[in-house]
Amino acid sequence: MKIQPEHQGEDKLLEVQDLTVKFALRKGILPAVNNVSFTLNRGERLGLVGESGAGKSVTGFALLNLISKPGFIDSGKVLFGGRDISALKDDEMRKIRGDRISMIFQDPMMTLNPVLTIGTQMVETIQAHRNISRAEAERICLDKLRKVYIPSPEKRLTQYPHEFSGGMRQRIVIAIALLLEPSLIIADEPTTALDVTIQAEIMDLLLELCEVHNMGLILITHDLAVVSQVTQKIAVMYAGRIIEMGLTQEIVTNPLHPYTQGLIKALPQAGPRGARLNQIPGIMPSLYNMPSGCAFNPRCTKKLPLCCEEMPTLSSRESGSLVACHCV
Amino acid sequence: MGRLKLFRESFFVYSFLRDPVAIGSFIMLLFFLIAGFSAPLTAPTNPYDTAQIDVMNSEMPPVWIPGGSPDFPLGTDAQGRDMLSTILYGTRVSVLIGLGAVALQAFLGISLGLISGYTGGRVDSILMRVADVQLSFSTYMVAIFLGAIFQTALGVGYYEDVAVPFLIIVIGLAEWPQYARTVRASVLAEKKKEYVEAARVIGLPAWRIMWRHILPNTMTPVLVISTVQVANAIMSEAALSFIGLGMPVTKPSLGSLIKSGFEYIFSGSWWITLFPGLVLIGLILAINLLGDWMRDFLNPKLYKN
Repeated sequence: MKIQPEHQGEDKLLEVQDLTVKFALRKGILPAVNNVSFTLNRGERLGLVGESGAGKSVTGFALLNLISKPGFIDSGKVLFGGRDISALKDDEMRKIRGDRISMIFQDPMMTLNPVLTIGTQMVETIQAHRNISRAEAERICLDKLRKVYIPSPEKRLTQYPHEFSGGMRQRIVIAIALLLEPSLIIADEPTTALDVTIQAEIMDLLLELCEVHNMGLILITHDLAVVSQVTQKIAVMYAGRIIEMGLTQEIVTNPLHPYTQGLIKALPQAGPRGARLNQIPGIMPSLYNMPSGCAFNPRCTKKLPLCCEEMPTLSSRESGSLVACHCV
Repeated sequence: MGRLKLFRESFFVYSFLRDPVAIGSFIMLLFFLIAGFSAPLTAPTNPYDTAQIDVMNSEMPPVWIPGGSPDFPLGTDAQGRDMLSTILYGTRVSVLIGLGAVALQAFLGISLGLISGYTGGRVDSILMRVADVQLSFSTYMVAIFLGAIFQTALGVGYYEDVAVPFLIIVIGLAEWPQYARTVRASVLAEKKKEYVEAARVIGLPAWRIMWRHILPNTMTPVLVISTVQVANAIMSEAALSFIGLGMPVTKPSLGSLIKSGFEYIFSGSWWITLFPGLVLIGLILAINLLGDWMRDFLNPKLYKN
């Protein structure tokens, strides 16, 4: 998994090794995330890209050990700062959540509790992790609200979520994620629920904050355009596996896996004016009936006979990217 | 001042002031509550004080009927107690038991419902089966059973002193599943929302997520059933008193007053039963109408009409 050999060693913030998450359903135990491995250095930004149902969000939750029933982490390690946090007791894990690792969700309308003022929700977050007075906690809140460019934060602290617009709410969610200065933020489609102008604004803000605070970011999204502007590395997921991973520049300009190529061709700006957009035919297979061999083979344009028989493994190519495909 | 002004300008007050039934029932309820709780100050006599009672005055009719006395505007009962004072004191006892029982029900039901809904799994199954068992006994059966045991064990004299807390506990214990089921159902719906996930991601402990984040979001149905339950508890108490297992005649509630007059109704002393009965009906009606209004107000689907 060495993508940037020169950065290995003491700089490593997060190391995920062979993470497998399974769901115990009526039809049997099905894997939603399969042998996912990646590393993230301090201050580095990784994009986790894929279609709906590829296992991106499940991976995100698994990092925080928050897979809810009937799912469970079957095997694998999540080393955070050198410590395996996937095996921690719930009590100790809670100390890490929100403090060292925070998460931002898709829909800011839903992630703030509608009956508590944002001041209460922010102070509560700080006091859950630090033993400090309310006044001191409020001072930190004001500071963070200013960082996300909320005007007159003193007044805003006493307001309820419904008194804010969608973009403002997402900034507040980001401010909450920043409160304890975590070293890693997991952003699960942070801009999907916002309109396009606000999307750019929020992404710029996230990027700026990550750079200023030297925070790591895992950006979970299906939007390659957003990822290419913000992250340094990209991991493309398909049907619960990482099928291509490498430097953002490399993946965007020179995608190797047919699926990644399809994703990039599907971006509107790629083709000539007036031409039909490319699309990848078919849909992702459900967990219930995975094809044999490579999970992408029914939709693949470069299918070889081997593809239906053997699952390709991730291996590195000359460009430095890791690809799981028989034909490249 | 700011909060008061905010409250005065709220939609709650706005819609309340535009509903004559709500205003009427609120005034009626307020009247009964004030009258009942100021009884020691406003009642002409103290019915608990045997020194003020004269058996010679027994069964006097209300003042507007020949034979009535202006000292006893609503007449007297069989022991010569002034009906007006007794009703005022009785209302106080009834309301106190009703509120106390509902407080206990709400405390038990909300706690257990919250734990049951949030924890899920085995804890949920056990608690809900306990609730089912509890619901399969009627309130009266539980109360009669426990009441009989307590009255025998403590003796009638001592029972008088503990009658109020006893009734609160009995009615409270018998009806907690109503709250538990309502709260559990709302918790199950709230639990799936993202703000709960977000609270877990922040690293808040489970009890805090339950009490601070989920509970306030389940308060709407709780408020509505609370009003209905207060009325139910007052009625339960009246029914128990009527069959002689509630408040003793020396410290009467509305129920025991109705009962004490019932024996004399055929000898012509109808006022001993009628007046407490009217007060009971008025009280229950006011609470239920107010509860209905609140249910409609809190149900956003009805706004469109």
